[in-house]
Amino acid sequence: MVEWTDFERATIQDIFGKMDYEVVGPAALSRCLVVYPWTQRYFGGFGNLYNAAAIASNPMVAAHGKVVLRGLDRAVRNMDDIKGTYAELSVLHSEKLHVDPDNFKLLADCLTIVVAAQLGKDFTGDVQAAFQKFLAVVVSSLGRQYH
Amino acid sequence: MVKFTEKERSTIRAIWEKVNIDEVGPDALARVLIVYPWTERYFGTFGDIFTASAVLNNDKVRAHGKVVLKALDEAVKNVDNIKKTYAYLSRLHYEVFHVDPDNFRLLADCITIAIACKVKSALDPQVQATWKKFLSAVVDAMNSQYY
Repeated sequence: MVEWTDFERATIQDIFGKMDYEVVGPAALSRCLVVYPWTQRYFGGFGNLYNAAAIASNPMVAAHGKVVLRGLDRAVRNMDDIKGTYAELSVLHSEKLHVDPDNFKLLADCLTIVVAAQLGKDFTGDVQAAFQKFLAVVVSSLGRQYH
Repeated sequence: MVKFTEKERSTIRAIWEKVNIDEVGPDALARVLIVYPWTERYFGTFGDIFTASAVLNNDKVRAHGKVVLKALDEAVKNVDNIKKTYAYLSRLHYEVFHVDPDNFRLLADCITIAIACKVKSALDPQVQATWKKFLSAVVDAMNSQYY
């Protein structure tokens, strides 16, 4: 089981407590679609993803970004059992959505950049370490139910 | 050979102009040592680099961070010939320092995060994509003399 230090718990609660999910969710997902364009293949029904501007203003991308962040919130609230919390989501992504699990890391990286840009100098090395550890656990849990 | 469009070249230069080598270099290297602690093994002569605050106050880390970013400046200036520009550095890291090449990617990620903290919204998705393309070429060039 993952062990969290007090600093790591406090850091994660602090970052997500202050985060506006309605802004960060869309920002992270649209960044992922621009920086790693092959991820667009999972969003065939979303309409115009033709360029960065189209992606940034696409309402379905924005809505789905919020869904993703709300999903992440469940891990924030259950840091001691992220694996259990995400078992169903992992099955969904593997069996229904057929998402290559490598892509979870890409979205996590984009979220890290969005948070770094927001926090600026407050995103210190040890805050980054805690944040990346949390996301690594999330990514691993999402990949867990794949066969 | 990696080809950069005119737009990508000017994007890379524009971001690089905002980077203070003396600030971002030390920040990026400190992040690597804090977030990926196994990298401490390469800096045995640097003294105390075993806690975040020690890393952040270490003069040798600061000095070496600047050395690394000055080398990146060479890549920015020679964007069409990064492989040749870095052949010597690649050989050095392979034969003399015995650095595991996976670590070049980690440093590249930390450089991007350090830049995101500094320039914030200037590192928009399109700019991030271009910057990542540039750093991938740099990481490839650093790998090029490894067997």
